[in-house]
Amino acid sequence: MIDFPLIWAGVIAFAILAYVVLDGFDLGVGILFPYVKGEANRDQMMNSIAPVWDGNETWLVLGGGGLFAVFPLAYAIIMPALYIPIFTMLLALVFRGVAFEFRWKERGKSNFWDFAFAGGSTVAAFAQGMILGAIIEGIAVDGRSYAGGAMDWFSPFALLTGVSVVVGYALLGATWLVIKADGDVYKKASGFAKRLAGLVLVLIVAVSIWTPMLHDYFAERWFTWPDLIYTVPVPLLVLGCAWMLLDGLKRDHSAKPYLATVGIFVLGYIGFIISIFPYIVPGQITLWEAAAPDESLKFLLVGSVVLIPTILAYTAYSYWVFRGKVGDSHGYHT
Amino acid sequence: MEWFDALNLSRLQFAFTVALHIIFPAFTIGLASYLFVLNGLHYFTRKTIYIDLYNYWKKIFALSFGMGVVSGLVMTYQFGANWAVFADKVGPILGPIMGYEVLSAFFLEAGFLGVMLFGREKVGEKLHLFATGMVAFGTFFSAFWILSINSWMQTPAGYAINEVGQFIPVDWLAVIFNPSFPHRFAHMVLAAYLTTAFVVGAVAAYHLLKHHAGKAASSMNIEAVKKMFSMAMWMAAIVTPIQMYAGDSQGLNTLEHQPMKIAVIEGHFEPQNPAGLVVFGIPNEEEGRMDYKVEIPDLGSLILRHNLSEGLQGLNQFPRADWPPMAPPFYAFRIMVGMGVLMLIMGIWSLILRRKGRLYDTPLMLRAAVAMGPAGFVAVICGWVVTEVGRQPFTVYGLLRTEDSLSPITTPMVATSIIAFVLVYFTLFGAGLVYILRQMRQPPLTAESMLDAQKPNLAAGFVPPSFARKPQAPRKEQS
Repeated sequence: MIDFPLIWAGVIAFAILAYVVLDGFDLGVGILFPYVKGEANRDQMMNSIAPVWDGNETWLVLGGGGLFAVFPLAYAIIMPALYIPIFTMLLALVFRGVAFEFRWKERGKSNFWDFAFAGGSTVAAFAQGMILGAIIEGIAVDGRSYAGGAMDWFSPFALLTGVSVVVGYALLGATWLVIKADGDVYKKASGFAKRLAGLVLVLIVAVSIWTPMLHDYFAERWFTWPDLIYTVPVPLLVLGCAWMLLDGLKRDHSAKPYLATVGIFVLGYIGFIISIFPYIVPGQITLWEAAAPDESLKFLLVGSVVLIPTILAYTAYSYWVFRGKVGDSHGYHT
Repeated sequence: MEWFDALNLSRLQFAFTVALHIIFPAFTIGLASYLFVLNGLHYFTRKTIYIDLYNYWKKIFALSFGMGVVSGLVMTYQFGANWAVFADKVGPILGPIMGYEVLSAFFLEAGFLGVMLFGREKVGEKLHLFATGMVAFGTFFSAFWILSINSWMQTPAGYAINEVGQFIPVDWLAVIFNPSFPHRFAHMVLAAYLTTAFVVGAVAAYHLLKHHAGKAASSMNIEAVKKMFSMAMWMAAIVTPIQMYAGDSQGLNTLEHQPMKIAVIEGHFEPQNPAGLVVFGIPNEEEGRMDYKVEIPDLGSLILRHNLSEGLQGLNQFPRADWPPMAPPFYAFRIMVGMGVLMLIMGIWSLILRRKGRLYDTPLMLRAAVAMGPAGFVAVICGWVVTEVGRQPFTVYGLLRTEDSLSPITTPMVATSIIAFVLVYFTLFGAGLVYILRQMRQPPLTAESMLDAQKPNLAAGFVPPSFARKPQAPRKEQS
């Protein structure tokens, strides 16, 4: 008997991770936008993500659509619970999404679309962080529906995760620019990365200490034998990545800081999954309880087995095509 | 103020966001096909005029497509946020179909869009034609899945209901090809083609009028302008009658599966045999009658039954609790049909003028064509009002009521989000509209293809390097 809900949990977890790692750096570039002056510099930043951003964002559609298709009950509980941050995030993404096109229509003057791009990116990242925090904190459920109020998602912990995600994405964006940019932008990005790296580590420690205090079963999961076998390596590996990040920055290494930051994100994500598994709504609804019938899961899996690898190959290929520095000569928009 | 509760505000919000969203696909489905046709015509005829037009419309396509994508993203999440009970119950059936839409259509579009917009000089003509075709096919595919979902909500099939009240799939083919799907799909795709045709026609007519007034720039490609006007009017003349046939077949299908919706569209409170056609009136739902009715006897039966021996049902024959609101579908249907009739007149008129050789210099025709520019959008939105409001008070027709589909959310939440949506959409799509109109005010130029060779327009997709090595030796051009 094949466990379809578990397979699908893996697929959706992967889609969300792909989203965080990929859209994370292009949101991060948006977050850093106000701190770099000069139209040419900003053009360079925009061009470094212009060819890939909308492919990156598609993973979010897949994450949302996938949840609806495969775990409709979880979708039906989580979305109303996070009504305000979800719509805030979506509107912010709409704002920055149109800025990619509209910005080139208004040249020279103080550009409203620069503001839309930076503001949209920052707000979207903050909202995503709060969504994460709210899910970890838990969602009130009664029967098959959400049982809490409009503002349940708002808490000091969610504020902390909100700030953490903004800072984390900014670091991803800065290290991405270390790979893609040159001249002024490169120097600035490298400086940002050094300062942000320390801040990210502090925030990780804060979130890691706070999380097990939220629920007893988080603490049990992290601090009892035999779960310790796979929980202990996580913080150690984070330290390893942190060292690789700082070392890479010191030696002006191009890709190492970015990859190390991705490593930190992946480990943080694994930590999140260790905490909540096998629940999809922590403490309330498990994967199997939330899953649609196998008929639905099988039907969509048939297509996904073909299409997701195709999409991945295509994505990898497109990154390969756009490898190397952006420069200002062969900008995407001219 | 009582009316403005979480339920009705959620309905309003969904209506607002989906109506603004549909504007973009309605335009880009047709425009993608038009671009494919232009590209193909150039490939096979070697006439530069077609590639000039291609490059002209490509820019407008890029702007519209981007707005369609971002406004579509919102829809994916709104099902859960505002309609959680609906999402839980229909998720096992509609979720996977939506998943297929995302996987196949979305990625197909996004994948080939970059190649399409980067210009054929970089990728080679053949691949460029292929990429344009794939984008057109992708928009088509996207419409296929989305209309399948909508049609299932109108005429559910191939399902069972499980112990927790969820709809679960029994027969996927029956789900996807549910009874109203083929009719609705044909009707919508043709509507998209007509919408695009009338936009193209309006832009062409605008530039022709400027040309006749002696105000056009000397660099304007007048041949290209005439060509697009001619193509648009051919579409109007040929597709409008086909669309009327498709609309008729959807009407018959609705009569079979949703007779209440027909009663609302036709404005019949009482059954009639043979039934007349209510041309106009003011529905009085309180009293259950049509005020100030203007009616043509027997025509209703003739249109919907194709005979005079069968009548039509009236709304009073159905339980009051199941009535959809009558006024919006009743009026919207008349506006939609009115637009169709105007389109038909334009088509026939264009054929007459074409025979006389006066298609491009009849000022009244050109002004009418400019005025008809938005006609397709008006008709599309009205058509959706008819079918969606006519489906009320159900989300899944006859099985799940709208009031039972709502999330546990409060009125202030929805009030806040709807205000935010209105503000953001009007700001952003307003700006988008300004940029599109600005682009349209520029005429197509003679050297458009040359000027544009190094000028990619959209931030999407990529060029495969194997095709991007060097410009191919151009095949011989003739104009």
